[in-house]
Amino acid sequence: MSTAAAAPVKTMPEHHYLNATYGIRSWLLTVDHKRIALLYLASVTFFFFIGGFFAMMIRLHLLTPSGYLLSADTYNRMFTMHGVAMIFFFLIPSIPAVLGNFLIPLMIGAKDLAFPKINLLSWYVYVVGGAFTLYSMVSGGLDTGWTFYTPLSTVYSNSAVAPAVVGIFITGFSSILTGLNFLVTIHTMRAPGMTWFRLPMFVWAHYATSIVMILGTPVIAITLALAGMERLFGLGFFNPAMGGDPILFQHLFWFYSHPAVYIMILPAMGVISELIPTFARKQLFGYHFVAAASLAIAVIGFLVWTHHMFLTGQSTYAALVFSFLTFLVAIPSAVKTFNWVATLYGGSISFDTPMLYAFGFLGLFLIGGLTGLFLGCLGTDIHIHDTYFVVAHFHYIMVGGAIMGYLGGLHFWWPKMTGRMYPEWLARISALILFVGFNLTFFPQFLLGYLGMPRRYHVYPPEFQVYNVMSTAGASILAIGYLLPMIYLTWAAFCGKVAGDNPWPATGLEWKTQSPPLTENFEVTPVVTWEPYDFHNRPDLGLDAVAANGVVPAHGDD
Amino acid sequence: MSEQEHSEHIVPPATYLAIILTLLFLTGTTIWAAFVNLGRFNIVVALAIATLKATLVVLFFMHAKYSPKRTKLIILAGIFWLALLLGMTLSDYITRVDYRGVRFPISQVSQQLPAQRG
Amino acid sequence: MHRTGELYGQFKTLEQQKESATLGMWIFLITEVMFFGGIMLAYALNRHVYFPAFAAGSNTLSLKLGGFNTVVLLASSFTMAVAVWSSQVGKKTLISIFLLLTITLGFVFFGVKYVEYSQKFHHHLVPGKKFDIFYCVNNPAGCPDVDAPELMEESKLLDEAKAADPDLNAHAQLYYSAYFGMTGLHALHMVIGAGLLFWLLKGSLAGRFTPQWNTPVDLVGLYWHFVDIVWIYLFPLLYLIDRHK
Ligand code: HEM
Ligand SMILES: [Cu+2]
Repeated sequence: MSTAAAAPVKTMPEHHYLNATYGIRSWLLTVDHKRIALLYLASVTFFFFIGGFFAMMIRLHLLTPSGYLLSADTYNRMFTMHGVAMIFFFLIPSIPAVLGNFLIPLMIGAKDLAFPKINLLSWYVYVVGGAFTLYSMVSGGLDTGWTFYTPLSTVYSNSAVAPAVVGIFITGFSSILTGLNFLVTIHTMRAPGMTWFRLPMFVWAHYATSIVMILGTPVIAITLALAGMERLFGLGFFNPAMGGDPILFQHLFWFYSHPAVYIMILPAMGVISELIPTFARKQLFGYHFVAAASLAIAVIGFLVWTHHMFLTGQSTYAALVFSFLTFLVAIPSAVKTFNWVATLYGGSISFDTPMLYAFGFLGLFLIGGLTGLFLGCLGTDIHIHDTYFVVAHFHYIMVGGAIMGYLGGLHFWWPKMTGRMYPEWLARISALILFVGFNLTFFPQFLLGYLGMPRRYHVYPPEFQVYNVMSTAGASILAIGYLLPMIYLTWAAFCGKVAGDNPWPATGLEWKTQSPPLTENFEVTPVVTWEPYDFHNRPDLGLDAVAANGVVPAHGDD
Repeated sequence: MSEQEHSEHIVPPATYLAIILTLLFLTGTTIWAAFVNLGRFNIVVALAIATLKATLVVLFFMHAKYSPKRTKLIILAGIFWLALLLGMTLSDYITRVDYRGVRFPISQVSQQLPAQRG
Repeated sequence: MHRTGELYGQFKTLEQQKESATLGMWIFLITEVMFFGGIMLAYALNRHVYFPAFAAGSNTLSLKLGGFNTVVLLASSFTMAVAVWSSQVGKKTLISIFLLLTITLGFVFFGVKYVEYSQKFHHHLVPGKKFDIFYCVNNPAGCPDVDAPELMEESKLLDEAKAADPDLNAHAQLYYSAYFGMTGLHALHMVIGAGLLFWLLKGSLAGRFTPQWNTPVDLVGLYWHFVDIVWIYLFPLLYLIDRHK
């Protein structure tokens, strides 16, 4: 698409949050939600690298049936630390603490979150928790699996369980504080005219996520505290040798950890709900349903946790109920998916990078969600429980869904965050590499699991080698797919083309201020008079002027 | 600021006094009830009295009675989620039957397991 | 920066500021409910399975001390409520007086708790290798604070419980895990609350709380009452199991 040659040269605004103050102190003591978001961005990226390193070790080791790289013990440590780093320190904070932190006040027209200092505190809490966990990783490692099942974690393991448990316990509070801050902010800080049903879906998604954070996280905190005290002081709740019950630990653990998977996916769904209308140039189909589906997922997500424990000898009746509820939770997820597809229908779609990620999300989340139903079905779960099928399932959701959403969001809002545009073609190519690498890594794992390869073993029968080699090959492609955006996004933050206030253009309030925004976000508090994702009654976007008979598609780099 | 003043309901200390006296009375009642053999209903009575006391504290000391609907909703949500955690987990245990048809608690396997760190 | 009720930058009105703070506090209290919920669940399950051991364990607690502490804590909630009232009506000296009373009652509670804990420690009732629920019965000399009739009764109780549950010592340990876990967490919350009360006292002595601005008093009050509620449940759950024997 060509723009008129007379288009003015865009320049960076003179004052913005990035150049408001200088020096390391101005960052470490900042209470600006945008800077805190960047602090989070740096720290979750750090943990992503650590987790990624462990992942590469796992995949390299599994290249041959007998495993050539690591000892059995080290292998156990690798997959455990991979899970801990990725789940607790990357995925859970990723979208909420980075994009959510940055965008929620902007999207609702507020100057900041309700409690800026608590926001900063939450980052420090995260860092302290991360430090404990890193300490565990370097001082003997951790070999209990990210699930910390007892009595392995409390009695038998001789790896550094205690510091890891303490670290995750602490980090939990960072997530609680973030959730609390979001809830209060969304309730009390909306700009005039920003009614509940004018909120961007991203905000709704974070509202639902925050509910899960504040109701679920305290339970994992007390659970890990009890497990920790059991290891250190010999409390007996989870120790069968003392009459305690390890299954109780699993109940408590999954009461949080199943909802936690929605902490990871709901924000990604929120991102997708922003991307699709913007790049299809259509109002989000069924706004109220999508919002309600977020809340429904948050609530029903709390009612399904024992589907992780079908094979522990739990009551058959309970299993039946929980299996049924597991099927129920798929409904709101499906509602969302159908609504996104319906939004696409008849839209004028453009294939900018964020949209490529959104498409990736749609397909991969679909596969991930549907295989979840295989697992939630009592009969089939007996066959595929604790196999690579489960591994593939949750990677389709967490990597294919959540990380695709995260990257799509990062690309979409990068011009807002940094004021600069990334190189579009390179970005499109890496999105493609990522998609291919991802499927090559994880699709064979469905087959492996279905054929019976158990998870968490460091050797496997030779007939499984083909799929494992494919998976490892895919993982190396995937690694490139992650490294590329990391590099060009960093480059673009300093040297990219100046983006302007609203490069796509998109409809949200965050685009009504300059890029990068001022420290106080808006010069005057905006007043909202339009409906969400409405491209037609928005002369300020300049769309109707260009194409009188319809809305022009989005454009990025040109 | 004047708006803020009349949005806030001020509970007089006399009400507080009445509440604390009721609470102390209920504490006496619960101790007394514990010494009466009610079989399995002892716990029911104890929890009922505790819940009554907690309700008084929430409604009056914590002003929930005079708070906006939203606050009440939050309190109810908290109670509901606590009930989910306790109720749904225990529902697994109390409906467990092992292959011999024995109800939970199923005979302990505990004694055979080694107690020490391996 | 001293908080004398000025408006923080992110808010537009004081009313909005107060509303946000109160909402935040309530949400925080809900997370606390779930936090205690986890250990309540462990308690409920184990009590269900090992009732004789739990009853025996409960009967080794001192009802006098527990009951006394219940009264103390309820009273402290009352004084806290009055402190909040004083701040609402602008009686500045009364705020300080009632805060001080609340703190004092809190410390009385700690004192009694300390006595209880140290007793349990001397009686070998702390979970761990040395745990022995028969310790006092077998070594009356080691428990000088328990008199003979009490010991007789305890011995009878424990024998009965042992008959019902041969593994009494292990399972009584679970009771004591619950006892120390729950009261310990509760006490930790009280310590935090006491710290907050001192901070309030400092503010009130400086005359900072007015009818227009008393949010901190209000919020710490909410927290303190919540901690009281936890105890309202802990008392019957821990001290009053099967007392009628
Ligand atoms: C449609 C919704 C979903 C359904 C029906 C579903 C179902 C299941 C079931 C039944 C299992 C247990 C399998 C087994 O161990 O035998 C499972 C495992 C898992 N799921 Fe899902 N799931 C869904 C969505 C998600 C989402 C959104 C995520 C993450 C963002 C996720 C992450 C996981 C993880 C991490 C595990 C494995 C945990 C472990 O054992 O280490 N799932 N899923
Ligand atoms: Cu699950």
